[in-house]
Amino acid sequence: MSYCRQEGKDRIIFVTKEDHESPSNAELVADDPNDPYDEQGLILPNGDINWNCPCLGGMASGPCGSQFKEAFSCFHYSKEEVKGSDCIDHFRNMQECMQKYPDLYPQEEEKETKTQTEVVPDQDSSPPSSVSDSDVLSHSSSPTDSQRAS
Amino acid sequence: MLKCRAVWRKLAPLARSASTQCRHNVKTALNNGRRQAFVPATHMSTGPAGGGGSENTLYVVLVGAACLGGGAYAYMTVRGDSKRYEERISELASRSAKEAPESQPPVAPEPEEAAPTSEESAPVAELSGETESASAEEPVTETPPEAAEQAAPVLAEAEPVAEVPPEAVEEAPPVVEEAAEEPVTEAPPAAEPETVQEAPTEPAVTSLPESAPAPEPVSAPLTLPSHAPYLLIGGGTASFAAARSIRARDPGAKVLIVTDEPNLPYMRPPLSKELWFSDDPSVTETLRFKQWNGKERSIYFQPSSFYVKPEELTSAENGGVAVLTGKKVIQMDVRGNKVKLDDDTEISYDKCLIGTGGVPRNLQVIEKAGDEVMNRTTLFRKIEDFKSLDNVSRNVKSITIIGGGFLGSELACALGRRSSETGLEVIQMFPEKGNMGKVLPEYLSNWTTEKVKKEGVRIVPEALVKSVAFKEDKLEILLKDGRQVKTDHIVAAVGLEPNVDLAKSAGLEVDSDFGGYRVNAELQARSNIWVAGDAACFYDIRLGRRRVEHHDHAVVSGRLAGENMTGANKPYWHQSMFWSDLGPDVGYEAIGIVDSSLPTVGVFAKATSKDTPKAATEQSGTGIRSESETEATAVTPVASSTPAPVMEHKDEYGKGVIFYLRDKVVVGIILWNVFNRMPIARKIIKDGEEHADLNEVAKLFNIHED
Repeated sequence: MSYCRQEGKDRIIFVTKEDHESPSNAELVADDPNDPYDEQGLILPNGDINWNCPCLGGMASGPCGSQFKEAFSCFHYSKEEVKGSDCIDHFRNMQECMQKYPDLYPQEEEKETKTQTEVVPDQDSSPPSSVSDSDVLSHSSSPTDSQRAS
Repeated sequence: MLKCRAVWRKLAPLARSASTQCRHNVKTALNNGRRQAFVPATHMSTGPAGGGGSENTLYVVLVGAACLGGGAYAYMTVRGDSKRYEERISELASRSAKEAPESQPPVAPEPEEAAPTSEESAPVAELSGETESASAEEPVTETPPEAAEQAAPVLAEAEPVAEVPPEAVEEAPPVVEEAAEEPVTEAPPAAEPETVQEAPTEPAVTSLPESAPAPEPVSAPLTLPSHAPYLLIGGGTASFAAARSIRARDPGAKVLIVTDEPNLPYMRPPLSKELWFSDDPSVTETLRFKQWNGKERSIYFQPSSFYVKPEELTSAENGGVAVLTGKKVIQMDVRGNKVKLDDDTEISYDKCLIGTGGVPRNLQVIEKAGDEVMNRTTLFRKIEDFKSLDNVSRNVKSITIIGGGFLGSELACALGRRSSETGLEVIQMFPEKGNMGKVLPEYLSNWTTEKVKKEGVRIVPEALVKSVAFKEDKLEILLKDGRQVKTDHIVAAVGLEPNVDLAKSAGLEVDSDFGGYRVNAELQARSNIWVAGDAACFYDIRLGRRRVEHHDHAVVSGRLAGENMTGANKPYWHQSMFWSDLGPDVGYEAIGIVDSSLPTVGVFAKATSKDTPKAATEQSGTGIRSESETEATAVTPVASSTPAPVMEHKDEYGKGVIFYLRDKVVVGIILWNVFNRMPIARKIIKDGEEHADLNEVAKLFNIHED
């Protein structure tokens, strides 16, 4: 059972676990999936890639940004049986570029690029670990990740 | 010229009279000489026609003299200009020679000579990969094509040479910046044709002393960009977020960040939190900290290899982000789309972002107190402030923090933690009754203050500083109610003054209520100018006009500004959040308007034996109070038995949710010691609905779970 008290203009309510067990009857406004204002995830409603997604970190904006975009776009639109198998050249270019900047793209990236060809990115997919860890900006507003200072 | 004109004016009547005299003579001659065969007209201007002749000669002489005078003047002007140019070049050459350890012979300044010697330097260079930089010169100088071609091969050669000694490259930029300033400044005001021609050869000339002795530290004739498609003023969080956003949306974008700090863009929150908790003794140098997930990172957003050098920005094939450090923008010309730096260079832009942030406020009584006090006061904001305060905290016995907000409380906790090891006395004073008095409702602020005290901080609440004096090697702070505090060092954390220095020259509006540049919901101030971060007073379409000084807001608004600079036209919609940690017991995340003057409803998890081990040992006999208020809120059936003893006297606000209401609508939420629920909070604020029972809303947060 909860108890409640008022201190001036402030109300304080103490609740136990049991008090909160029943589902909430608070009404929330239904989300409009096509709301143009809302923050979007990795994939936009029209199917394009959102290069500005915080989950990508600095990948699309760094010195190897254009190579990354080419490789990832190719993978995203690839219709091959093994998705992305026609994009090997792009990924190789990207890897070569990244090797030139070892402190930006630490060598774990090697495993990154391989797994990327296997993993299909979802709307709210958890980002590749090294990407999210190297980027604090992602913590603030990506829909899935609201940790501080990630 | 004027002399000639004046002289002519004087002589004009004379000349006229002379000519009329001539004509008169002619007429009389004609009349007289009718019988004569020859035509007197031919004799009008020459010949022995009496008095008219001498005046004619005078006329001739005068005109001739005027022409001669004009020609002589023109010649002198041209000569003087070319002499001035030569002197300038030799001065440049000698200046760059001074920077290099060895002095180099002053270069023969004649433009014609520069060309043949540039051909000589051609065999020195091997690579020619830098030909794009030659084209970079063209926007810098309006050159006739052949002059540009002259400059191009020279530049192409000189640059690879400059890069050959890698250590020299580090020294080169400051030299380059200075040497290169001149061609940049001289080119735009190309009033006379000579300077236009001279400009392309200037870089050629400056390259000569460097290209010849290759192994010496060389300054390459790379010029700083005089035009940046995207110009970001200020090198903080908002600018960096905007740069990233622009690069993501505009492939190949060239972004130039201009900052007056010597550092690359970095994040500020760890300066008052994580960096203080680091065990690494060299943390002031490395500036690395451990995140919540255990991984270590630097406070710099990206290492320096992420950025392009400013000199290479214009020629970079895929664009990039360049950071120009140590330069301050002092003037903005909005109609001309250009800014002026403190070293008189001008940079023009297509789109500009102002992310100038702010400067810490100081107390007037401290400013008036004199140098001895000012030298012992820290206004905490930048990396240097962190380094100096860290140093001070190891060497003094007592530090007083004035200010009870986020920064003051965080620093107090950080220093308080350190005090347990070093015996440092940490005092915190503020006008409110408790820590975060302007943010947290009173009960919570009081509770928090007790926690801060447990961190080893001596709290002096309701303190208004009357005066500060330096006596007997100590700072004496006298409060208005008569209390006195003696300390060695003061940290003033009394707010931020947004930096609106450019408002006047740019003609930008400044908000009188919140301070900062007034911008619309899309963060735009005027055509092609956006403002983001601490300095932006913007219109939030859900919560109204406001100005927010938090890290996440800088990220969100910077990102939004970057999107709008690349054509998105999105309003401020995604609410930013903020967080704070006050010691090991208190950590919270918040979103929206969190102002303690608003009515609040706080829903807290009742302390059970799990949450507070102490409670298990206490036996509070009385039953549960359940007070039903006038509104039917939060009244659940009273159970006869209770699972765990409840602390009656001291409420433990271990974890919960606090709603801030404005006209019955939730405008702000604090998640008190509950994490990972920010999206729900964001949704509630976005909805902007009136909820009858906030306890039901609180259920959405599952506060009892971890």
